[in-house]
Amino acid sequence: MAAITSDVEVEVRRPRRSVVVGVLLVVWVAAYFVLRGIDTLVLGGQETTPLHRWLTDHRDDVGQGNVFFEAIRIVVDHFVVLLQNVISQPSFDRPVPVIGWLGVVAISAYCAWAFGNWKVAVLTAAGLGFVGLQGLWQESMDTLALTVAAVLLSLLFAIPLGIWAGLSNRAFRVATLVLDLMQTLPTFVYLAPLTLFFAIGPAAATIATLIYAAPPAVRLTAHAIRSVPPESVEAARSLGSTRGQTLLKVLLPMSRSTVVVGINQTIMAALSMVTVAALIDAPGLGQTVLKALQTLDVGVAFNAGLAIVVIAIVLDRVTTAAGDRPWRTASLRRKVLLGAGALAVLVAVWFSRTYVWAAEFPSDANVGSRIAVVATDVTNWVQDVFGGFTYGVRDAVTIGLLNPLEALLTGSPWWLVSAVVVALAAVLGGWRGAVPAAVCLVLLVATGVWQDSMVTLASTLLATVVVVAVGLALGVWSGRNRRVDTWIRPVLDAGQTMPPFVYLVPFLALFGTSRFTAIAAAVVFAVPVTTKIVADGIKAVPVATVEAANSVGSSAWQVISKVQLPVARRAITLAVNQGLIYVLSMVVVGGLVGAGALGYDVAAGFAQSELYGKGLAAGLAIVLLGVMLDRITQAAARRTQNFQNRGDMR
Amino acid sequence: MTAQLEYPDIQDSDALLSVQGLWKVFGPKAQRVPRRPELAALDRTELYAKTGCTAAVRDLSFDVAPGEVFVVMGLSGSGKSTLVRCLTRLIEPTAGGLFFEGEDLRAADEKRLRALRRSKFSMVFQHFGLLPHRKVIDNVSYGLEIRGESKPDRRRRAQEVIDLVGLAGNEHLYPEQLSGGMQQRVGLARALANDPDVLLFDEPFSALDPLIRREMQTEVVRLHREVGKTMVFITHDLSEALKLGDRILLMRDGAAVQLGTGDELVGAPADDYVREFVRDVQRADVLTLRWIARRPRDGEPLDGPELGPDVLVREATRLVLEADRPVKVVSNGTLLGVIGDEEILAVVADN
Amino acid sequence: MKKLRYAGVLTAVALALTTTAGCGGEKVGAEKPAAGGKDCGTFNLTVSPWVGYEANAAVVAYVATKELGCKVVKKNLKEEIAWQGFSTGEVDVNLENWGHEDLKKKYITTDKVAVEAGSTGVKGVIGWYVPPWMAAKYPDITDWKNLNKYAAVFKTSESGGKGQLLDGDPSYVTNDEALVKNLALNYKVVQSGSETALIQAFRDAEKNKRPLLAYFYEPQWFFNEVKLVKIDLPAYKAGCDAVPAKIACDYPPYDLDKIVSKKFADSGSPAYDLVKNFQWTNEDQNTVARMIAVDKLTPDQAAEKWVKDNQSKVNAWLGK
Ligand SMILES: Nc1ncnc2c1ncn2[C@@H]1O[C@H](COP(=O)(O)OP(=O)(O)O)[C@@H](O)[C@H]1O
Ligand SMILES: [Mg+2]
Repeated sequence: MAAITSDVEVEVRRPRRSVVVGVLLVVWVAAYFVLRGIDTLVLGGQETTPLHRWLTDHRDDVGQGNVFFEAIRIVVDHFVVLLQNVISQPSFDRPVPVIGWLGVVAISAYCAWAFGNWKVAVLTAAGLGFVGLQGLWQESMDTLALTVAAVLLSLLFAIPLGIWAGLSNRAFRVATLVLDLMQTLPTFVYLAPLTLFFAIGPAAATIATLIYAAPPAVRLTAHAIRSVPPESVEAARSLGSTRGQTLLKVLLPMSRSTVVVGINQTIMAALSMVTVAALIDAPGLGQTVLKALQTLDVGVAFNAGLAIVVIAIVLDRVTTAAGDRPWRTASLRRKVLLGAGALAVLVAVWFSRTYVWAAEFPSDANVGSRIAVVATDVTNWVQDVFGGFTYGVRDAVTIGLLNPLEALLTGSPWWLVSAVVVALAAVLGGWRGAVPAAVCLVLLVATGVWQDSMVTLASTLLATVVVVAVGLALGVWSGRNRRVDTWIRPVLDAGQTMPPFVYLVPFLALFGTSRFTAIAAAVVFAVPVTTKIVADGIKAVPVATVEAANSVGSSAWQVISKVQLPVARRAITLAVNQGLIYVLSMVVVGGLVGAGALGYDVAAGFAQSELYGKGLAAGLAIVLLGVMLDRITQAAARRTQNFQNRGDMR
Repeated sequence: MTAQLEYPDIQDSDALLSVQGLWKVFGPKAQRVPRRPELAALDRTELYAKTGCTAAVRDLSFDVAPGEVFVVMGLSGSGKSTLVRCLTRLIEPTAGGLFFEGEDLRAADEKRLRALRRSKFSMVFQHFGLLPHRKVIDNVSYGLEIRGESKPDRRRRAQEVIDLVGLAGNEHLYPEQLSGGMQQRVGLARALANDPDVLLFDEPFSALDPLIRREMQTEVVRLHREVGKTMVFITHDLSEALKLGDRILLMRDGAAVQLGTGDELVGAPADDYVREFVRDVQRADVLTLRWIARRPRDGEPLDGPELGPDVLVREATRLVLEADRPVKVVSNGTLLGVIGDEEILAVVADN
Repeated sequence: MKKLRYAGVLTAVALALTTTAGCGGEKVGAEKPAAGGKDCGTFNLTVSPWVGYEANAAVVAYVATKELGCKVVKKNLKEEIAWQGFSTGEVDVNLENWGHEDLKKKYITTDKVAVEAGSTGVKGVIGWYVPPWMAAKYPDITDWKNLNKYAAVFKTSESGGKGQLLDGDPSYVTNDEALVKNLALNYKVVQSGSETALIQAFRDAEKNKRPLLAYFYEPQWFFNEVKLVKIDLPAYKAGCDAVPAKIACDYPPYDLDKIVSKKFADSGSPAYDLVKNFQWTNEDQNTVARMIAVDKLTPDQAAEKWVKDNQSKVNAWLGK
């Protein structure tokens, strides 16, 4: 009954809202033709505003010499160097690291087994072995050391913060805002200042990675704490637990698996920073990728990218297995086996310290160069076969969709665009949508890069729509079909962790230097996360609900559209939000392949000292676009949800 | 807080737990609702429309005597869970008085409250509220652990209550390995472990199968007989209420509708709401002869068999139908009334 | 049960492998690395992200290590950050600087943390280029005056109806927007955003005979692959680029130079003299760059090969 009333409710409202939206858009287009070219706030490539110049002048103010930063730098540097000495770099007057490859493989596999299960242990050994065969052992270990350092430091902050945000509503609201900022503010904006504060070296690279990677752990810890069944908490309180006892004995243990998901996401995010951090001399695979790209050597770049993907998949599967481990403590047998395993690991470590063959990965396999050759051949083949066709697609999409949208956004006066956006936000999301939108728009004007923001907005909207469409389709497909899911996961993982730099070159070959190329790259990067979240949401729909729908003879499509998607609404809202954030985090990369606008501004600010302020302003503009779009979609989703809830109450 | 309301001095009563003019209002600026009579008078929808608040508990007053099983009953959403949580201030009441053994609970600070919760009260939850990462025995001893008892002590005590609730042999399993009924036994054991004076039950058996539910109800009756604790028992199930309760408080939209023994509710419903509520009950199992006795008609023979007023109708049916003259209901030698075939049949045939 | 057995088998296999196969083989540390560092010490060399620079760095690092026994720490940094490194003391040497008058002013004149160390001998050329097939097909295209005639040829989805002039890496200050305006060209400047994009565009243009007009520069390893043809803009005269908005002439020729930290210059290290004396030609750099980019030699191998063939030049740097 409830479901039916709610449907009716929504159906009655929806046309009215869409009519209003339609009218608004028509009015906008009409006004565009009248007012075209007025107040469009153009700012040329090398031009800056007083704000930009002020930012440039004050860049170094917080800067170096600050004791606080210096202390952090020393600690972090030492930590990373210690890890490097242990697994990647020659150290302590020996020509090899403390632990050679055999020891590292043994320890990693053992940990995977102890925290996860034997399957992921085998995967770990195989994955690390593969990376070694690729001829990238040392680079991989450097990357691993940096990633581990960044992740551990992230967690040091993220978990307490997450707990806080889980317990306090106000902290939660503030945290959400700050995390949005951390995730959407382009790394390039803070990369150069970071090297000023923390000097060139492991510390700056680690902290840059940390800034980008910590948010998921905070978010998911908060979410985990909030999702602990209230009865268990009440039970603990009713027995007279103090706050501390409730936290330590109830909330934390019960959030374990979700917190592990957060850690997992943090690891993924940290790995996706490997190449960017290489720009400030972070050691490891990122360097290999960047070096290869200087000579457009797609093969070598792909080989290194593949190593990153393999490491990511290993870490992902191990953490997932660790999160899914049942509560039961180990059986006696397992304990005995674990003990025996520990002994074997010690032996392996001893070997890896003693014998050269166990310390340095054998380099005669040459798998890496073979992979590089194949990758190059495949890329060339694809370019030759599809080259002409892809240019056609690009031109059709650009001329048919992108150019008109961009013209509308950039050609209208800024106040017209603002008025329309605020009105749309109000219609779709009420004041919760309109107020943030208005604030963001005012700030956007203040950044001085309005026109570039509109260009970027046009591309972002298009990319997000494609991402959501593709993500929904793939997500529903793999959420409903276990086999599809198993096959699609590794591909998604690869899409998420393969450094975009690796596929930029083939994309450039296929689509030329254009905004379309940037959109395509953003789609590849953002679709995986959207798909995963949608798939998980669909999988979480109670079996009984789906069975009930099937039992009244619904077609597959009806089950999807009337049951699974509506029930998974929260997951889908999250998927849209993350899709958007991922698209925005690719804006700068897009700038490197011809998207221009904000992405280019940020990159230029990173490269030319006199444009620093403009780059920072452009970075903030990206954040503002993100916050604005996010708040509007969230408000719209919440409104639809409210109608539904009201229906349920009847 | 409740200055406008007058209550008898609590010290005089022999109640273990006393609730006076208790309010719990959810929503913005909840304080004003009980304070302002014009708001307090509004019904649920009006109040929500006007203030955005929901009054989950409105102006409730009752006493719970030591050793009593006090049942609170009402439909879902009537405020039962909120009420029972207010009793130990798991939910902070908005207004009203709350006394335990004469002590003003609302004045108690965080520390005192914790001490009370650790030794005087325990609660059993609808969905058990167990800790999935702890074994049965560790769940049961949780309350002892947090009050700092030594491991051997709490093991011993936990084992005792585990045996008491019939869980022996399952100590080292995890909650997810147990059936719903068994899980609730763990919840029960946990509540009993710290030997409280008052046990609070929030619909403890609603999530269980009917068969298990009956078994658990019997278990509670047995425990009450064995350990003799005071119990506040929340349920939405009338038969459960009648089976367990010494007295029953019927709630509707947060307010009390009627407070009385089971046969009072069935025999003399306060209004149509209560009447509707008790309509489907097996009246013969609940009503005592007191409720159906009538004045003897003129010329009726008064030499029939005698029965006490607290005998259930069900128990008296055979005797009354078999007797060829009306049965007398006699209490302490006074004749309260008589019962003939038609009175008995009216109750029995009603079902 | 099954799981346990698997795990058991695994451990057994691991143990067996390590004990039987393991006990042979060369021991770690049997061969100690040669201890370097006579009186030269350590210096930090930034490596900017282009192959020409890497060629410079390779050869200087090779000579400093082999001949002077220095320890060279290479740091892969973007130029801007390398400059910052002079002030934080983490960069000692920059072996190929393209202009950057503003940074020179900040770090050399104002902050006094860096000093110039003379020319590398390599000449930098910046300008507009077309792929060779276009120069062959339209011989008059290399004169800027004819560019408007071909504007329609260079139209793309990005250029809004005009001809497209593709600009490069955001690291470079370009005058292209001013040039287009002041020379009244019917072109739109489109940002490619990176060197990678620029090279890929030229590669594609030459291979598939697509028209392309873009900002580019020499020396660049890519010239080994495709000989791009430069467009003749109005000739550069000293001072014609004084006011950025009014520029209507070609880019000036760049004398690529070396910058070192003040600290390093004052250290009296023989490595400083080497850096100061280091000078070679565009051809030299191209040779080494080619070995790295095309022949896939490591920088060290490439340097070794070049040094062997050019011992006299190296001796000159070392003052022998
Ligand atoms: N935390 C809360 N915030 C707002 N309203 C609440 C909250 N808890 C309960 N309510 C409301 O109070 C009323 C009584 O709820 P509850 O005590 O759970 O009823 P019952 O246990 O009888 O089903 C319901 O209308 C419910 O919506
Ligand atoms: Mg309830």
